[in-house]
Amino acid sequence: MKAPRTTIQRKLVLAIMLTSTTALVLTGAVLIAREASSLRQLVEREVTTRAGILAANSTAALAFRNPDDAIQVLAALRTDPSVIAAALYDENGQVFATYPSHVAPSVVPRAFGGVAHRIEEAHLVIRQPVLEGARVLGTLYIKTDLRELDERVRMHALVVLGAVLGSIGVAYALSMWLKRKIAGPVGLLAKAAKAVSEGKDYSIRAEAVSDDELGLLAESFNDMLAEIEKRDGALRSSEGRLRQLNAELEQRVAARTAELESTNRELEAFSYSVSHDLRAPLRAIDGFSKALLEDCADGLGEVGSEHLDRVRKAARQMGLLIDDLLSLARLSRTEMRRERVDLGLLAKEIVTSLSQAQPERKVEFVVTGDTTTEGDPPLLRVVLDNLIRNAWKFTSKHPTARIELGRTGGNGNRTYFVADDGAGFDMAHASLLFAPFQRLHRQSDFEGTGVGLATVQRIIQRHGGRLWAESAVESGAKFYFTMWEARS
Amino acid sequence: MTDKVILLAEDNANDEELTLRALRKHKISNEVVVVRDGQEALDYLFMAGSHAGRNPNQPPQLVLLDINLPKINGLDVLKRIRADARTRTLPVVILTSSSEERDRFTAYDNFANSYIRKPVDFDQFTEAVRELGLYWLVLNEPPPAVRPRTAI
Repeated sequence: MKAPRTTIQRKLVLAIMLTSTTALVLTGAVLIAREASSLRQLVEREVTTRAGILAANSTAALAFRNPDDAIQVLAALRTDPSVIAAALYDENGQVFATYPSHVAPSVVPRAFGGVAHRIEEAHLVIRQPVLEGARVLGTLYIKTDLRELDERVRMHALVVLGAVLGSIGVAYALSMWLKRKIAGPVGLLAKAAKAVSEGKDYSIRAEAVSDDELGLLAESFNDMLAEIEKRDGALRSSEGRLRQLNAELEQRVAARTAELESTNRELEAFSYSVSHDLRAPLRAIDGFSKALLEDCADGLGEVGSEHLDRVRKAARQMGLLIDDLLSLARLSRTEMRRERVDLGLLAKEIVTSLSQAQPERKVEFVVTGDTTTEGDPPLLRVVLDNLIRNAWKFTSKHPTARIELGRTGGNGNRTYFVADDGAGFDMAHASLLFAPFQRLHRQSDFEGTGVGLATVQRIIQRHGGRLWAESAVESGAKFYFTMWEARS
Repeated sequence: MTDKVILLAEDNANDEELTLRALRKHKISNEVVVVRDGQEALDYLFMAGSHAGRNPNQPPQLVLLDINLPKINGLDVLKRIRADARTRTLPVVILTSSSEERDRFTAYDNFANSYIRKPVDFDQFTEAVRELGLYWLVLNEPPPAVRPRTAI
């Protein structure tokens, strides 16, 4: 968290000071203005009243044209030092008497008329008619200095200003106290939050200093921290458990892999030794039986020769079994490629070689539909070789036969099949079809080791597909297979 | 044809007898020298040990080499044959029970001339031996006599 640009404390003080200062200054200004105006009114009233009295006192002096009396009357103005000058004019507007008695003519106007009173610069000028009944005997002119008034207003303003400044000081002190009271706990809370977020230490607690909303906030914050601390602990411990489990799992996988590798090696060593060592005795059995038949045919007689033929046949069958078994075992070890393969083309090659071996057979071979696919060419050749050889074998008791390789379904669903019209089998035993060494026909009817379809199934599985069959006795068999099903 | 010696490296007495029988049956009357382990095969080829005294002017025309041999494995015997200037061009046919891919690979990788798997069926076996003899002893032209200074 970055350091706050403006702390809440400063904002608080600023707000309080701004509000109180504005209020105080405005109030002060209004007070000063009002005081100034009321003072002026007071002074005007005073001067006007005095002028009225003086005018009344001057009536006799004017009526009897006695300037000395008039001067005496005006001299009463001595009591007010703010009066600068005064003059009494007769009915013709000529100066009759002045105050002070010898005043410069520039201070007192020679003659004038009209206006009752007006303020000229810092002076208040009063013109009061002197009346006797309704007759105007003359005019009284008084010029008063307003500087004293201004002085009083200034003094007043100073007092108000002092009061305003004092109030601002008090407001500042108050705001500082408020700051401590409100912003202090907020600051502590902020500090705690910052420490938590920076140190990721959820055991930190905010100090609760007040029992107001801020105290409640701090309390809630602490409760929240406690909850987070609890969850964090749980998370950490489950993380640790998970790591441990992971490590155990990895260890177990490594152990299993090692086990599997060693089993694989053993299996390989086993098939290697089977391949080398198991066939030699069989060769000896067959070879020496043959030697016996050739060298001692007379002694054996017909029955003996027949028995030996059976021995030889059994030995050869055993040899085939071993070969098939080894190739089945090898299937799961060989690397698989994925290339474009035309199953129809492969099938034709297989059928051609079968026809060459048994030219007397009358077999019609048909390829229907698009039979190109992707897979491992040698392995797919083994698939077709087994399926077509089976079809060839199980149609051998019929005078003519038909074998078909094709595809069903649309583009999305690629199911291939190899069908024949031969001996077929009972679907009740279909579950045994793909188990190694399981056969549905007697050896005397159709020879075989029972490994072929197990091999086919293994290869189809490695191509991500399924293998199944449909058949009925003497109605032929149809073997279906798919590939790469998981992908589509 | 009779002066051409066949070296048969075979530890199994049955296989040895059957091979000889098959050869006889097809009137292949060459002298067949039988050695029963890898070491003896090398001794014969390089005139060492018990075969130190063999006729140096009658090198074998063909070696029929089993893989599973005692002491020195047939494939190692092949490597030693190919590593030596005196025997590098000698026709060697692997004649064995197994057709394991790695055996076949190692054999050809070390320049075996042929790899033949002994069939269990004796009829097929004799046929194989017959074709083998016909091809390597009659049809096939042997490598020219080795240079005089490296005479065997």
